[in-house]
Amino acid sequence: MAIATATVPMRSGSVPAHAPTAADLERLATYPHVVVSWVDDDGYPTSVATSFTVESADGTVRLRMPRGMAIPSDRELSVMGSHIRPQPGVGYDERRYLQLWGRVQGDAFRPTRAWGWDEAEVPFFEYSERSVPQSRRYLAALSEEKGRTIRPRLSLFWLALRTTRMPFLSATAVPVLLGIAVAASHGAFTWWTALLTLIGASLAHLGANVANDLFDTLQGADEANTTPTMFSGGSRVAIYDLVSVRGLAFIAGGLFGGAVAIGLLLVAVTQSATLLWIGVAGILVGIAYTAPPLKLVYRGLGEIAIALGFGPIMVLGAYVVQTGELAWEPLVLSLVPGILIALILYVNEIPDRRSDASAGKGTLPVRLAPETVRTGYLVAALAAFGIVLLGVIGGLFPWPAMAALVAVPIALRVHRGLEVHYDSPYTLMAVMGTNVNLNLAVGGLLLLAYVAWIVVGLIT
Amino acid sequence: MGWLPDPVERLLEVALVGELTVIGRNGRPIAHPLIPLYDGTHIFLHSSTLFSKKLEHIKANPRVSLALTDPVAMKGNPDRATIQGTARVIDDDPHADWERLILDLWRAKEPAINDFLKARVALPLFFERGVIEITPERCLYWADGRTDLPPSEKRAPREAAA
Repeated sequence: MAIATATVPMRSGSVPAHAPTAADLERLATYPHVVVSWVDDDGYPTSVATSFTVESADGTVRLRMPRGMAIPSDRELSVMGSHIRPQPGVGYDERRYLQLWGRVQGDAFRPTRAWGWDEAEVPFFEYSERSVPQSRRYLAALSEEKGRTIRPRLSLFWLALRTTRMPFLSATAVPVLLGIAVAASHGAFTWWTALLTLIGASLAHLGANVANDLFDTLQGADEANTTPTMFSGGSRVAIYDLVSVRGLAFIAGGLFGGAVAIGLLLVAVTQSATLLWIGVAGILVGIAYTAPPLKLVYRGLGEIAIALGFGPIMVLGAYVVQTGELAWEPLVLSLVPGILIALILYVNEIPDRRSDASAGKGTLPVRLAPETVRTGYLVAALAAFGIVLLGVIGGLFPWPAMAALVAVPIALRVHRGLEVHYDSPYTLMAVMGTNVNLNLAVGGLLLLAYVAWIVVGLIT
Repeated sequence: MGWLPDPVERLLEVALVGELTVIGRNGRPIAHPLIPLYDGTHIFLHSSTLFSKKLEHIKANPRVSLALTDPVAMKGNPDRATIQGTARVIDDDPHADWERLILDLWRAKEPAINDFLKARVALPLFFERGVIEITPERCLYWADGRTDLPPSEKRAPREAAA
């Protein structure tokens, strides 16, 4: 039998075994010994370890025949090389194995089938994601076998955290608190409407997160993604069968319902039609982000939607709740968190770009060349800082807001990280984390600047 | 009480990896590197539902073998062994059964699992697991890993295999 010479990537999970290649034999040659297994005459599998040499010329593996335990030539054998590196007191790493199946003639084993995994090629998390369909099949069969539904579980706390992606709420806190702070610097502040604004905006954000997962699941984008990270790829609760699609719809509806109720209460309190329209715009953007027919993120408009939602809509909304009117200062200031939070999405879309493309989700990293994406990041981040600088110089923002410029190096660090880690979803995670911190740093510094300005104003 | 030879029990106590061979639907032997655990009577292995084809194969044909072959994975012990036996899959509650049955044994060999468990929310399906309980029936043992010499063989006393 001729061995194929093409290099077949060694994949696992949902990817089936393949005809052995020359690359497989090269890989096998790196193992110090192999374990030969077969089914013995009593019907039990049995195994023996032995040394071997790979004969690349004829595509065979020469096995050193053990004594007292004849390797049979009348049945199929498994020949496996396996490797780990023990880490005393911890466990092990550098996991890889390669298994070949075939028959032996004399001492020559001729493989006809190969399968394996090398975590250096397919990281464990990707291997796990590729295997999710097997888990679903197994649990479905188990449910049938046991006569009751058996599904994966998480505690209610962790399930709620994961389903709503609650840790991302910092993205809501920054613009809402900025809007409230600007209003307070203008002499308008009511604590309980400020608190309700924060709660309402948070519910809308969580509702949008869940709706995003719902529609990404229905449109296949999340299922196609086998390299999700803690920052990208969605909550995956429906993919893992932790929550049903119907459950997601129910949760999203409940969260949006809560946001609407609080919004209407605030409209009633402020008697502001402007606030009503801002609220309507916020809910529509949150839904239209992934929901048909608009599916803004599928059309490369996700960043604009996010910039609008987390910029003008949240900052102005919070400002209007306190003052009852619009103003230039919060509008211009809102562009800063708007841009920086849109950049969180932008960077988080980078590791998803291949699966997004396969699901027809045309995000900017899908549409643009890597160099353009990196340049776009730098331009947008510097634009956010430019707005702060011009706002202070122009007298629109209080001068302490200049403090936000100390975060410029964080943006430069993210830009450098994109150059190094663009193609590695898992090493890009640290860069994504730094990018989240950029928004927190800038937002926090702007907030402190306004608080300082208010305090100074009260004292003087 | 177990009947396995002392040197084989010592291998089981330190082995970070052994090769579990199951029989596939078409009769093909399929090997899986797994961490073996041993309570003095039974050998336990375990598998996430993510990688659960081996569990399906065992349910269809419970005859299995476990090979202990790699000195690197056995604290430098060069001995080798193959244990044949009958396996059963314990998966009434894949979320919790394994914690009750094997978590302490697993922790002892792979302390890093404590950190993974704390991050259960990040890997929910990894921690939906089936336990493979093997009752040993026959053991082949190669002192110093010398498979160029015939193995010594021991079979389970009748009451242990029953």
